[in-house]
Amino acid sequence: MSDAIPPRPAPPADAPPLLTAQNLTKEFGGLRAVHNFEKTIHTGELVGLIGPNGAGKTTIFNMITGVYVPTSGSVIFNNQDITGIAPHEINQLGIARTFQNIRLFPNLTVLDNVRIAYHPHAGYSMSDAILHNAHFNQKEKELTERAQEFLGVFNLQDRQGEIAKNLPYGEQRRLEIARALAAYPKLLLLDEPAAGMNPAESMALMDLIHFIRERFNLTILLIEHQMRVVMGICEWITVVDFGEVIARGTPQEIQSNPRVIEAYLGPGAAALSQKYRRKKPHAD
Amino acid sequence: MQRTTLFFLGGAALIFVIVQAMISFGLLNDFYVNILLLASVYAIVGLGLNLIYGFNGQFSLGQWGFYAIGAYAAGDITYWWTLDKSAHALMIALLAVLFCGAAILLLRKLLSRVRGVDALSAFTLYLVVVIFLVFIAIQLGQALSPAVSGLLSLLPDGLSLQIVFFLAVLIAGLMAAEISFLFGLPVLTLGSDYFGIATLGLTIIVKVLLDNSDTLLPFPEMKGARGMVGIPEVTNWFWAFAFLLVIVIVVRNLLHSSYGRAIISVREDEIAAKAMGIDIAHYKNLSFVLGSLFAGLAGGLYAHINGFLHPNTFNFIKSFDPMIIIVMGGLGSITGTLGASFAWAFILEGLLRVILPQGTETWRFVVYPLILLLIMLLRPKGLMGEIELPFLRQVLPPLKPKAQPEETQAEVKP
Repeated sequence: MSDAIPPRPAPPADAPPLLTAQNLTKEFGGLRAVHNFEKTIHTGELVGLIGPNGAGKTTIFNMITGVYVPTSGSVIFNNQDITGIAPHEINQLGIARTFQNIRLFPNLTVLDNVRIAYHPHAGYSMSDAILHNAHFNQKEKELTERAQEFLGVFNLQDRQGEIAKNLPYGEQRRLEIARALAAYPKLLLLDEPAAGMNPAESMALMDLIHFIRERFNLTILLIEHQMRVVMGICEWITVVDFGEVIARGTPQEIQSNPRVIEAYLGPGAAALSQKYRRKKPHAD
Repeated sequence: MQRTTLFFLGGAALIFVIVQAMISFGLLNDFYVNILLLASVYAIVGLGLNLIYGFNGQFSLGQWGFYAIGAYAAGDITYWWTLDKSAHALMIALLAVLFCGAAILLLRKLLSRVRGVDALSAFTLYLVVVIFLVFIAIQLGQALSPAVSGLLSLLPDGLSLQIVFFLAVLIAGLMAAEISFLFGLPVLTLGSDYFGIATLGLTIIVKVLLDNSDTLLPFPEMKGARGMVGIPEVTNWFWAFAFLLVIVIVVRNLLHSSYGRAIISVREDEIAAKAMGIDIAHYKNLSFVLGSLFAGLAGGLYAHINGFLHPNTFNFIKSFDPMIIIVMGGLGSITGTLGASFAWAFILEGLLRVILPQGTETWRFVVYPLILLLIMLLRPKGLMGEIELPFLRQVLPPLKPKAQPEETQAEVKP
């Protein structure tokens, strides 16, 4: 992969947390989707957020990215309170996201999908655009070249003229991640990136996530259902169920946590699983 | 300059000269000239609506209302000028439009710094400021009008009328744009279908106000439902063509820029656009205001074609005309809109009326929906599909040669 874009310098080790969610609560009418969610993410971490369907994971994402305003609690990003700020402003502060069901701009070309992400940094005014003057031409050329270089990083440069909806699924995912990263966010939220992927594709995705993390010095928060992916790449995992955090820890701790097993498999499952676990060494 | 640009401008100049020559030598009679002018006006409204619906994805039926506002505003200004060489309508409208425009731009800047102002309170604030400024403009305009009238009267008759006409059309456009900005503030927060219904409401309100313009509104010269007469017939092929050409170029340049991509991204996926840092409320407003600006300009031109305005022309059923035109031409196609509006004016409004016997025009509202239905079924992308003139087409920038050869060169050099 090309080295056209220099990686961002690594932050100092004792830096304050990048993102802090405090007592985040979201109620839809009588339904309490998320209750007192707490999470601190430090720069450079790769954190997983898992839980059964309907546990409130995507709601948490939507509160961090400003799609929903939390009923109570606050989100602090980079020492700045971003609770209740409009989504586009949050994106410009440095939080980018992808969506559970891919949301590209379907009828636009691959190149335009990435170029749209550069819009807040276009560097020319609307009158420049209407006049198509020299300043516009220069800035637009720079912007286009940046976008093309960027597509090169993701091996999509030969696809630049393709209409986004015509790409194969894996490439659509890659394009969505590329688009989210185009404006150099500090924090990337991935909402089920491996959904609908076969084992080979999810292996490729894990490589991609490792790659972008190194390359862009990213902090990543990830929702995922495929345990192979979550356990394979995350350093820390938070488990939510019915809107509440039920466990947090390293992948090993989470795998043996009885509450997590109960949340996924139902009450009593933890005991069964313990029995199963005890049996194993005997068998050896 | 690029070759496609030269071809386009050359072609436009050629068309203009040929048609102008045909008019000058009397090859085209008044009926066909009239249709040409109407077609240009339709094309301008269509381009505005295509910007709103085709590119931004907001279903608006309000363009006919803004067209009506533009027509009556421009007509009123030139009416008073031809009646008794009085520029008071011109001055009042000019000052009102300029003051309100400046105030809106200023307030927008101020409000963007304050967080958590909801659309309705912002709307109220804008409305109060605008009403106040219009009041000032009326006083100031009346005070200034004798001096300006005197100055304009010094010019030769034809020239002063052309100047007043040109200003009147610009004022009409700006007035429509400012009204659409105010109207759009609360209404654009609605989802697409509800937005369409609300804008249809605007068209009906404007029509009813125009029906009663002599009693409800302080404009007795508009004569309400009897129709306004006495507007000079100034719009000619030059003006219609010049306005159309400028607007085509403006739309094309805007769409082929980052701002155009932002506008289109709202149509493609609002949620994704938001997550990409695009202020979708801003771009919805922008395209709505621009589209209404074009509708206002077109109205201003229309008022001076026949010199007669009647509220029935601005009936809400007619508000579907530009919608049919852009669907026929293709949503999101500039060339399609141009082609469809000229075809519409020439074939449906022109040729068929000449050929077919009297009374068949009553069948229009049976035929048009059928045409629309057939197009939707057979060619959902419009008659022209995705064909654009080379100048209007977005060119894919060529890929730079891959970085590897450069790197090897750099390695060799030291």
